[in-house]
Amino acid sequence: MLRFIVRRLLQLIPILLGLSLLLFAWLRALPGGPAQAALGERATPAKIAEYNETFGLNESIVVQYLKFLGRAVQLDFGTSTRTGRPVLDEFLDRFPGTIELTVAALVFAIVIGIPLGYVAARRHGGVVDNTAIIASLLGVTIPVFFLAYLLRLLFAVQLGWLPGSGRQDVRIDATHITNFYVLDGLLTREFDASWDAVLHLVLPGIALGTIPLAIIVRITRAAVLDVVNEDYVRTANAKGLSTSVVRRRHVVRNALLPVSTTIGLQTGLLLSGAVLTETVFAFGGVGSALRQAISDRDYSLLQGFILILAVVYVLVNLLVDISYGLLDPRVRTR
Amino acid sequence: MTGTSGSPVLEVDDLAVQFTRRGEQPTRAVDGVSFSVAPGETIGLVGESGCGKSVTSLAIMGLLPQRGVQVTGSVRLDGTELLGAGPRTLRTLRGKDMAMVFQDPLSSLNPTVTVGTQVTEVLAEHRDMTGRAAQDEATELLDRVGIPDPRRRLGEYPHQLSGGMRQRALIAMALACSPRLLIADEPTTALDVTIQAQILELLRELVQGSGTALVMITHDLGVVAGLCDRVHVMYAGRVIETADRRPLFATPRHPYTGGLLGSVPRLDTGRGTPLTPIRGSARDTIPWSQGCAFAPRCDNAEDDCLTEVSGSTVPLEADGLRRELRCRHPLHATPAAAGAPAGATAASSAGASAGSPSTGSSSWSSSEGQQS
Repeated sequence: MLRFIVRRLLQLIPILLGLSLLLFAWLRALPGGPAQAALGERATPAKIAEYNETFGLNESIVVQYLKFLGRAVQLDFGTSTRTGRPVLDEFLDRFPGTIELTVAALVFAIVIGIPLGYVAARRHGGVVDNTAIIASLLGVTIPVFFLAYLLRLLFAVQLGWLPGSGRQDVRIDATHITNFYVLDGLLTREFDASWDAVLHLVLPGIALGTIPLAIIVRITRAAVLDVVNEDYVRTANAKGLSTSVVRRRHVVRNALLPVSTTIGLQTGLLLSGAVLTETVFAFGGVGSALRQAISDRDYSLLQGFILILAVVYVLVNLLVDISYGLLDPRVRTR
Repeated sequence: MTGTSGSPVLEVDDLAVQFTRRGEQPTRAVDGVSFSVAPGETIGLVGESGCGKSVTSLAIMGLLPQRGVQVTGSVRLDGTELLGAGPRTLRTLRGKDMAMVFQDPLSSLNPTVTVGTQVTEVLAEHRDMTGRAAQDEATELLDRVGIPDPRRRLGEYPHQLSGGMRQRALIAMALACSPRLLIADEPTTALDVTIQAQILELLRELVQGSGTALVMITHDLGVVAGLCDRVHVMYAGRVIETADRRPLFATPRHPYTGGLLGSVPRLDTGRGTPLTPIRGSARDTIPWSQGCAFAPRCDNAEDDCLTEVSGSTVPLEADGLRRELRCRHPLHATPAAAGAPAGATAASSAGASAGSPSTGSSSWSSSEGQQS
């Protein structure tokens, strides 16, 4: 198992090298270059030359890349041109929000998706099944930003049931220790702040969780349909086991194997930043920062965020593989 | 040969299973099958793939899917009617009074649950044994079926066991509650030949003395020869010949039985001698209502096999042996004479059967009982 983990971590190196090369090349290839982007279209040639000198842009591309790499290895991704703060600090400020949103979306998707998929499979061809199939097709195809706007318009603007922007009501003067707002409220015993943060997660969580929900419903349904026809379920019935034991131990446990993989992969995707959802709900996570950085031409922030997110994505996938080994004994011993 | 003393454990009477699919003609997988098994007796249900032997066993166990399946007739376990019994009743009987061993031991075991749990769950369900007691009993069971180091095996997963060991574990689960009836559906098909012999020997040992009735479902005549007291040969959903083991092997009467025996390769035939298969395939059948389903493949078939109902039962009593046959033109008394004119055989068997009552423990369905 340890060798497996080490091997996977070593595989991370070429991935990150390739990605950094792509990012670096992309930045250099932009019209006008970084100086133009940073100083604006009306920057004088003198200013541009000065900027290039300061940031070492006059050196050869190879040297520049190596220097960039050298700094990145030490977690120095430069400073954001918009806020003037180190990119890593910006990331650490915003990532907890994205994690909270991811958890909210996953809870929504799993709590509804797995039971719905199971019921659809057991009522194969029935009303529930057909409804679930159509609804999940709709869930996958509906554009996230459209759904997000609809939810916000209906439940936040029109009905006013739920907050429609931000991570917490600005009027709440909450103490922030970890930047996980829900957790902070619990730690400081400011439960109303916690609850407010939870409410702020509902609409963006639903918007972001819709696609994972649709996928989980379909995978669960297909997996259960597969498993109920397995020989070992017939064996379990031949042993005269009660329906609940057959269901729990023999059907659901095996059907959840492919579902857990899907959930893991979705987690990686969601953590890499929900740009659209966060933008619609003005949610202060990584996604909205990325969008902001693009419109501000904040290239060092973009570069740093994308690299870090790539590492997160690969690490989450590694965790998924490890947990799969824990769930499926056949993988464990291999 | 075990005697058939005592009332039968299992009585199957005129069992029929029909599969219906929307927009398709219903298929009769099992068509009027009747037999019975006495305590301690081993019977064989023999036939090629698709002849309905596995469906018969699933129908007995009540394991056929609910939708699109019609089961009619009667299945009695120790006098209790199983067809039409509620799912709850069946669950209390399955695993306790009747158990089943399946063909592919790997796919028949849950890959994500330890062997121990898969054994103890039967004990918990039917014998209210949990915890330590269940563990001990499970160890005992694995030991009884010849699994070495049983305590350790309890904590292992099916994929960590060898093929033979898995089948032994399945047998241990089936025997956990000392069932009155054990159905083994091709239990050795997925195993190596040497392991096959061990598993058959194990089944014989376990059944002997315990009074458990064993129904052996197989296409392998070697298994029948080694294990079964009485044999029911099935073709296209019906039993076409029933006999005790020895007379069946010595003098198969139905051309299909003869063909099955003749197609087994033997060591003493010369090299290069072609095998003698039954011509055609199991798909070349005609519905029983139009004659004999085997007629299209039968060398003995005459016009009357195809034109009129040939579901006649010819109960024989030769040499005090119980025999039943569904054929108008059966083989001669010895397989060597298979090529002889069939008319004489039919006439003689009809004559011999006249007035002699069927003494077999099983009886034919009378749906088409046109006596010849």
